[in-house]
Amino acid sequence: MSDEDEIILADLDDEELVQQMFDDLYDGLKEEIEEGVNILLSRKWIPYDVLTKALVGGMTIVGADFRDGILFVPEVLLAANAMKGGMAILKPLLAETGAPRVGKMVIGTVKGDIHDIGKNLVGMMMEGAGFEVVDLGINNSVEKYLEAMETEGPDILGMSALLTTTMPYMKVVIDTMIEQGIRDDYIVLVGGAPLNEEFGKAIGADAYCRDAAVAVETAKEWMARKHNNAKSA
Amino acid sequence: MNKTDQILLIACGALAREILALKAANGWDHLHLHCLPANLHHYPDKITPAVEKMVAERRDEFADIFVVYADCGTGGMLQAACDRMGIRMIEGPHCYSFFEGNDTFAALDEMTAFYLTDFSVRQFDAFIWKPLGLDRHPELRDMYFGNYEKLVYQAQLDDPALTKKAKACADKLRLPFERRLTGYGDLSKAISNN
Repeated sequence: MSDEDEIILADLDDEELVQQMFDDLYDGLKEEIEEGVNILLSRKWIPYDVLTKALVGGMTIVGADFRDGILFVPEVLLAANAMKGGMAILKPLLAETGAPRVGKMVIGTVKGDIHDIGKNLVGMMMEGAGFEVVDLGINNSVEKYLEAMETEGPDILGMSALLTTTMPYMKVVIDTMIEQGIRDDYIVLVGGAPLNEEFGKAIGADAYCRDAAVAVETAKEWMARKHNNAKSA
Repeated sequence: MNKTDQILLIACGALAREILALKAANGWDHLHLHCLPANLHHYPDKITPAVEKMVAERRDEFADIFVVYADCGTGGMLQAACDRMGIRMIEGPHCYSFFEGNDTFAALDEMTAFYLTDFSVRQFDAFIWKPLGLDRHPELRDMYFGNYEKLVYQAQLDDPALTKKAKACADKLRLPFERRLTGYGDLSKAISNN
């Protein structure tokens, strides 16, 4: 590419820049995304708008193309990595500027499972959608989930598993919540490659989420229901 | 072909060489192998419909059908489909388990081990390295493999060349290497029951 073809992000107007950031996110260009975020902030965009209009907007396209089989896991991970770069700049600013908080989620992979790619994508997209996310990491026992629910007071518990051998552990967690009489205090969302809707229902989860974008939409829906129920109670 | 004693094996392509070797060594001429593409491994949700389609297409030609897939990430969907169709499948969560022997594998409790078999060593670049995009983006290594602590090569054959290649795969993934000669494990026993 000649110098003439090179796009100077700072020369683009806001609309062009956001469009270019969608492209850069799609191509997994972390440095360009970081530069774009800084440019928008220097133009007095509020951090929440940078997050939702530029980053989440771009990741929504990535998510849709992944679901449609146009993009594959490596491309999604590169895009996520680029978004992470932008998020790292925005996160402290979002805390300072008091961005709207949609809800709080505790999330982790279940005991025996170290596969956290899906969990990390969900966590990131949930943060992008305005949720506060407490990431418990990998290999979580029922005790660890319960402790986090007690100390963090989330609205949502998210559990993830990649293995057929570990996914039944989700039921152990939910059954323990039932035993302790706290099941209905939380929205329980589950996900992971070998899971399906039937499994989600069978173990007593509120919903199975097939990918990160669905997780965000499902979480928002359940939060809205929760608010409505609270109002009518 | 006399249909009354002929059995169709519908198998994962990653097991083709091993099944053919067992068939030849044991003279199991009544077993007929039909493999589905090994890369279905990357899309477990496609395995069950692919097996169902193959059963529907070929069940009239054979006295019985045996599915040589373990659960393989189908989350119980494949077992449910086999039950519906009245056919049997190999037990276990995946081939790493039945090569080791399902009971032995469960007892090992190796959560942080990444497994290779003879097939995935031979096809490492085409089956793992490139589909994960590591040829183009080696920086993704930590996102995929950051939580693994070792690579275990489950050798079906005692082949020094394959062992050397498996060690090179471990180096490429920057994981400590371990080799276990499993042979065919439960695969042999499961097929011999047909």
